Amino acid sequence: MTAVSVSGVTQVFNRGRPDEVTALSDVDLTVAAGEFVSLIGPSGCGKSTLLRLIADLLAPTTGTVEVSGKPARQARLEQAYGIAFQQAGLFEWRTVQRNVELPLELRGQSKAERRERAAEMLELVGLADFAGHYPAQLSGGMQQRVAIARALAVHPPLLLMDEPFGALDEMTRERLQTELLAICAQTGTSTVFVTHSIPEAVFLSDRVVVMSPRPGRITGTVGIDLPARDEAVRQSPDFFSHVTLVRKTLRGTP
Amino acid sequence: MRRVLSVLAAVVVFVALWEGYKAVGDPDGTVLFGTRVLPRADDLSMPHVWDMLRRLGRPELTGGRPVWQVVLGACLFTLGITVAGFAAGAVVGLLLAVAMQRFRLVERGLLPYVILSQTVPLVALAPLIAGWSGNLSFGPYPWQDWMTVAVIAAYLSFFPVAVGMLRGLQSPQASGVELMRSYAAGWWRTLIKLRLPAALPYLFPALRLAGAAAVVGAVVGEISTGTRGGIGRLVIEYSREATSDPAKVYTAMLGAALLGLVVAALVSLLELPLMRHRRRVPVVTM
Ligand SMILES: Nc1ncnc2c1ncn2[C@@H]1O[C@H](COP(=O)(O)OP(=O)(O)OP(=O)(O)O)[C@@H](O)[C@H]1O
Ligand SMILES: [Mg+2]
Repeated sequence: MTAVSVSGVTQVFNRGRPDEVTALSDVDLTVAAGEFVSLIGPSGCGKSTLLRLIADLLAPTTGTVEVSGKPARQARLEQAYGIAFQQAGLFEWRTVQRNVELPLELRGQSKAERRERAAEMLELVGLADFAGHYPAQLSGGMQQRVAIARALAVHPPLLLMDEPFGALDEMTRERLQTELLAICAQTGTSTVFVTHSIPEAVFLSDRVVVMSPRPGRITGTVGIDLPARDEAVRQSPDFFSHVTLVRKTLRGTP
Repeated sequence: MRRVLSVLAAVVVFVALWEGYKAVGDPDGTVLFGTRVLPRADDLSMPHVWDMLRRLGRPELTGGRPVWQVVLGACLFTLGITVAGFAAGAVVGLLLAVAMQRFRLVERGLLPYVILSQTVPLVALAPLIAGWSGNLSFGPYPWQDWMTVAVIAAYLSFFPVAVGMLRGLQSPQASGVELMRSYAAGWWRTLIKLRLPAALPYLFPALRLAGAAAVVGAVVGEISTGTRGGIGRLVIEYSREATSDPAKVYTAMLGAALLGLVVAALVSLLELPLMRHRRRVPVVTM
């Protein structure tokens, strides 16, 4: 069973105009069920675009995208994934709690269920005390954590995350990485995770997909084979050798 | 609370300016190269503020009701018309904005006419509406004069609502719209959960403009249709006595100003509970 299957996808923006951009060129990617895949690459190489294609927020110029064996559009309509964007994108008129409840609300869950789930998620991202606050009263990093809680709230089978930890401090970042892994392992969630940080990609992933720009394409894949994912492993030689391997793949020198 | 204080401050400043000009201004006005650039400051053109207030207390005609009762009664009459027209105009404006947001084509086709509609002079419009609607009736209820006035008020007030609300509905960023899309929310649910709440900071300034426009529409509408009983009519009646009783016409104008304040206060009353936690956007009229 594959969670995501992208085949032969090319994405051209503004086709036929002077500002035509080939954001992705002939991309193939499969994510197995329960697998954690990171996308890494320099700015502008089409990571966000690839994620948005999987989420069916964009239709590919050519090629096909399937999620859980269904066309991406159908998967979106069935709400088969949760998504967290680069910017938190919270609704400023809702409290933190009600922001997390939003996807549950749209699924028609009862108020009590929503309350409970939102509280649980806020606890997880360490914002239980801020449930009644409004987004404008939170720091950028806290807002991002709310957005993560919102994406996780529905326990989706597939999680799409676009640099969700980019705005966080190192401490929070590492704590949330561990939490995220725990959640994914516990619920068997498949994840596509965009990041700029090589150590983050190595720590989180089963597989790191390396991309390069102009045109955006996949230039390499690094399988990560670490014995465990705890704080100790971050210091291990095994970890550093994987980091070096990803860095080399990024530079294009094997 | 702050807003109430600022309204009071504005009144004080206005009175000070009025009396200040009366104190220093030339009673015959200032004439430059044959045109009067500053108005006469004599008691006939610019009665003292306290004269106006005192006039409110005295009877309209000898033996009649005191002026303040007459003015207040007229204000209430016009307020009713204003509120009816304002409500109708706001609803039409909202519906237009939603339709324009929903269909690009409607926006392209309709927006120019919406803007054009406001360039038709009000005075030309009033007899037209009166003429068209004269033989309308709702079942047993025939069309009435005040309805014509309300339509004019509505005609003036739908515009700021339509334009402001359209901007508000289009204000959510792409990320918010994409988020709703990722939740498989259709147009309607995106409207309810995202666009309408996002539009509120645009809606209220627009409503305030619309309220002021509705007051103007009602007063001018009363005058140009000759509707009796309202403040517009009172201004005309009292201004005939301007030479013998100059303070009297200003009592009617005070009434009209009061009407504007009341309508603005009504909008604020609506706004307060809804906007407690919201950032404010600068007032946008176009
Ligand atoms: N809606 C769009 N219209 C036109 N061009 C676009 C659009 N979205 C993305 N692009 C272009 O596609 C390319 C890839 O953009 P994308 O956002 O996917 O990059 P990215 O890898 O996510 O970069 P970053 O790491 O900075 O977020 C860029 O050259 C960008 O200019
Ligand atoms: Mg990006």
